[in-house]
Amino acid sequence: MGTTWTLTKMRIRLAVRNRAFFFFSFVMPLIFLFGAVAFFTKGSVGWISYVLGAILTLTVMGSFWGLSVQLVTFREQGVLRRFRVAPVSASDLLASSIIANYFLTIPIVVLEIVLCRYAFHLKSWGNLWAIFVLVTLGSAAFAAFGLIVASVTNTMQETQMINNLLWMGFLFLSGATIPLAIFPGWLQRFALFIPATYLATGLEGSATNLAGVREIVTDIIALALGLWVAFEVSRQLFRWEPEAKAPRRAKIWAAAALVPFIVFGVWENMAGTRIRQIQRDYKVLSGHTMPFQSPQSK
Amino acid sequence: MGQPIIQVENLQKTYGAVHAVRGITFSVEAGEVFGLLGPNGAGKTSTVEILEGLRTADSGLVRVCGLDPEASGNEFKQNIGAVLQSTSLPDKLRVKEAIDLFADFYKRRADTRQLLKQFQLEEKQSAYYMHLSGGQKQRLALAMALVNDPKVVFLDEPTAGLDPQVRREIYAIIEQLRRENTTVLLTTHYIEEAERLCDRVAIVDHGKVIAMGTPRELKHRAAGTTRIEVRSARPVVDGILSRLEGVSDSREFEGTYVLHSSQPPQTIVALVKALEQENNELQSLEMFSPSLEDVFIELTGRHLRE
Repeated sequence: MGTTWTLTKMRIRLAVRNRAFFFFSFVMPLIFLFGAVAFFTKGSVGWISYVLGAILTLTVMGSFWGLSVQLVTFREQGVLRRFRVAPVSASDLLASSIIANYFLTIPIVVLEIVLCRYAFHLKSWGNLWAIFVLVTLGSAAFAAFGLIVASVTNTMQETQMINNLLWMGFLFLSGATIPLAIFPGWLQRFALFIPATYLATGLEGSATNLAGVREIVTDIIALALGLWVAFEVSRQLFRWEPEAKAPRRAKIWAAAALVPFIVFGVWENMAGTRIRQIQRDYKVLSGHTMPFQSPQSK
Repeated sequence: MGQPIIQVENLQKTYGAVHAVRGITFSVEAGEVFGLLGPNGAGKTSTVEILEGLRTADSGLVRVCGLDPEASGNEFKQNIGAVLQSTSLPDKLRVKEAIDLFADFYKRRADTRQLLKQFQLEEKQSAYYMHLSGGQKQRLALAMALVNDPKVVFLDEPTAGLDPQVRREIYAIIEQLRRENTTVLLTTHYIEEAERLCDRVAIVDHGKVIAMGTPRELKHRAAGTTRIEVRSARPVVDGILSRLEGVSDSREFEGTYVLHSSQPPQTIVALVKALEQENNELQSLEMFSPSLEDVFIELTGRHLRE
């Protein structure tokens, strides 16, 4: 644990010295927050809590980008091989990047909640405990997904390309930007297989205080399982050397990280409760001024 | 003599079709500075990276401090220090932070301030790694290799690409390690480095050790010859130089004729006469006492840096 903590402190130090990190992790989420409040809520206080959940989701999911890029950069520059001759394990390096990312995510999450509460007149804090647990597990799980991307790609170009593809899916199919309730039925069912959906619906439900215990517990279990599998996969696929290429089996290992979400997707589709919950929450929120017109509410 | 601190027996390593290491065997005693001297691609880095636990040997026996580098994990790493040939640190890590960071990984740790002073990095202790010169980066790499007061230090081409002055600074540091009885395994393709710094040298070529001994012993193997380097106005007729009195070997490298002679005065007189008879003109003549380069040329027929 000592080595992991030493590395964690180094990573936090390096991150705060990085202007790109400051922009993408602090400035951009705030731009999203102000933009979303201005554009989507149309002055309705009721929708602020929903927007807060969505913005928290975007902030937490951002972990995914930074960690994959940093790991590939370290590998390409030969930084990792220097650590390899020291008593440092792959687990130490991976865990430290996840923990450092978490500590760096918390201040912006707190700032977003406080801004919504006091600047945008959010009526309630929402379910803060659920938000805390979901932010913790979500930031760790999405960081671990980023580490898998770094493990299966050989160059920065490949990493950026895969990151972009996954990010688009996470962004637009999870309910983080467009409410899931206004999607066609088949797309709603498909969204239940996407990891980001569990984070987005969980945080939106917790921020609006509309999510039930069952839903939040499912989200927590899905993210915890996703984190565990993703960490183990990235540990197995970890490469120290710049010239070491990803083996063919790497893609199969990477696919294993999706197993928990496939299982939860099938289960949630069969039960149907989550989709009903999402539609019900949307109707409740639609009692306020609506930014979107739900097909179900017509 | 006790158990060697580094033991390598019949080491083999291939990368696809390339047979990089072909049965290398040597051992290093505690407190010795041992050099692996050879041209690029000779198998030096592969050997040292197997010893550091960075690569897996295909076959052969490797022991460092009595431990198998691959199987012993952190226990092994606690005992070694390394300057790798190709490595880096995060751009925005400061010099002192880098030393402290690595020191924190080990059970035994040297005093950071002492290391900064020893490696003349005190003034640069707050500088980012990205702002250091090549020499400063290398001094930092050496300081980091010693943060755990290691039993064995691996230095893989520690002066490659550095200017002569910085190289001399690094030599002084290695000489200091030698005085402190630190065991050092050094790889290099610089003759001067091997001759000046190493107690014993193994000359490596095409993945094999082709000669081993103290620099003095190896130079004696150059048959006690003197190297004479000659340039003439026009090319010399084939075979004439090798028949000169005292000449045991004659080769041409990029317009310079290199003769090895056991009787230098007689050879020079005969050389001048031979050139006169050819109506050729002597442009330059230099004499060198035997070096490890001569040993390498004698054994392989090539220059070290060809």
